[in-house]
Amino acid sequence: MIPAAFEYYRPKDMEGVLSLLAEHGDEARVMAGGHSLIPMMKLRMADVPHLIDLQDVGGLSDIEVGTDSIRIGAMVTQSDIITHEGLATAAPILREAALQIADPQVRYMGTVGGNVANGDPGNDMPGLMQCLDATFHLIGADGTRDVPARDFYEAAYMTAREDEEVLTAVTIPLLKGGHAYEKQKRKIGDYATAAAAVQIVNEGGTCAAASIAMTNLSDTPIYSQAACDALVGTSVDDSAIKAAMAAMLGDIDPSEDNRGPVAFKKHVAGIILRRAIERAWSRA
Amino acid sequence: MPKKMHITLTVNGKEEEFLAEPRELLIYTLRERLNITGPHIGCETSHCGACTVTIGGKSVKSCTMFVAQADGADITTIEGIGGPDNLHPLQEAFKEHHGLQCGYCTPGMITRATKLLEEIPNPTEEEIRFGMAGNLCRCTGYQNIVKSIQAAAAEMSAAKEAAE
Repeated sequence: MIPAAFEYYRPKDMEGVLSLLAEHGDEARVMAGGHSLIPMMKLRMADVPHLIDLQDVGGLSDIEVGTDSIRIGAMVTQSDIITHEGLATAAPILREAALQIADPQVRYMGTVGGNVANGDPGNDMPGLMQCLDATFHLIGADGTRDVPARDFYEAAYMTAREDEEVLTAVTIPLLKGGHAYEKQKRKIGDYATAAAAVQIVNEGGTCAAASIAMTNLSDTPIYSQAACDALVGTSVDDSAIKAAMAAMLGDIDPSEDNRGPVAFKKHVAGIILRRAIERAWSRA
Repeated sequence: MPKKMHITLTVNGKEEEFLAEPRELLIYTLRERLNITGPHIGCETSHCGACTVTIGGKSVKSCTMFVAQADGADITTIEGIGGPDNLHPLQEAFKEHHGLQCGYCTPGMITRATKLLEEIPNPTEEEIRFGMAGNLCRCTGYQNIVKSIQAAAAEMSAAKEAAE
């Protein structure tokens, strides 16, 4: 498999990246680990005349665990997430989700920034970031701006990021309660047939807050406010979980593909959400 | 003709310099340009792991890296792990425990396993299966691959203890 020819750049700083993006516009793409982009280039489904490799740009690989938030640089890999000791205590859900992405080789290369910025509905981090109410940090010619993860995704591979902008980091507010990332996949390395990210707060046996996002069940990740509302104020008993499942099914819009027909995907989505709620609640 | 880049790689301790198009996939650089044919092309789509090499302490599928990205990198392939006269304990264990059938996936399996045992010197069966999940064996000889890695881990741990 031979991708189309391209010009390759490895700028040393973000200024260099931005000036290349300004010069080449939508003919240029930045690349982090490349494990989404390179396969698409090999299939000639992505046409990238100017490829900007971010590996030498400093300051994008830090994980900062603060008292009220966690900041993760765009070039932090899934493997970095899995082995980071601070995150293991502050946000074990990130490790739980990262371990369900692809396989070991891909996790050494695949980055958080690439996973959230690519806009592939099959990627796992976007749904998780919506569940955790993360903020994405972008930089462009006019400076920096922040976009909430819940407002970032417009359609498959279409996001709030402009062509000449780069996603530099994500910030996650301090985690509350219990969490789970539950993913059904056909085999190791596969994208989800359905996956659910759940954060849930237990106050004396009552659900005080919940947030729920679903992966690969629409052309974007789906944050389901209706499913959250179905849980809040309940004891997260069977009827509340069923109500949350029904509410979530009203928000997703899966399409038939080689992972199954629509009815099957909805069935799996319900079961996966139930498991995620039960596990998150048991940890809350 | 697309523009060629000046590339420098260190492969198994030897420095290599050449001109290449940036789009050249590293597996082709290794096999066809440098005649290092241990890493194999299985699926060429980042799934099978037959092309696994070690770059900067990471197990990498060399079909999913452009040679331009690898410019300046230090790469180890199966040839740098051991040879007929100095088998690595993993190679010895694969031989002893029938860890290969057709052998096509074996260079990738062993290259990946060296890194796995660096990270987890005495892995459980589950840790081996999870840590080797990026390498496929079409003969489906996984039982003996797991046994071989377990045997090599025991051998390497014993050797390390003896040395201490």
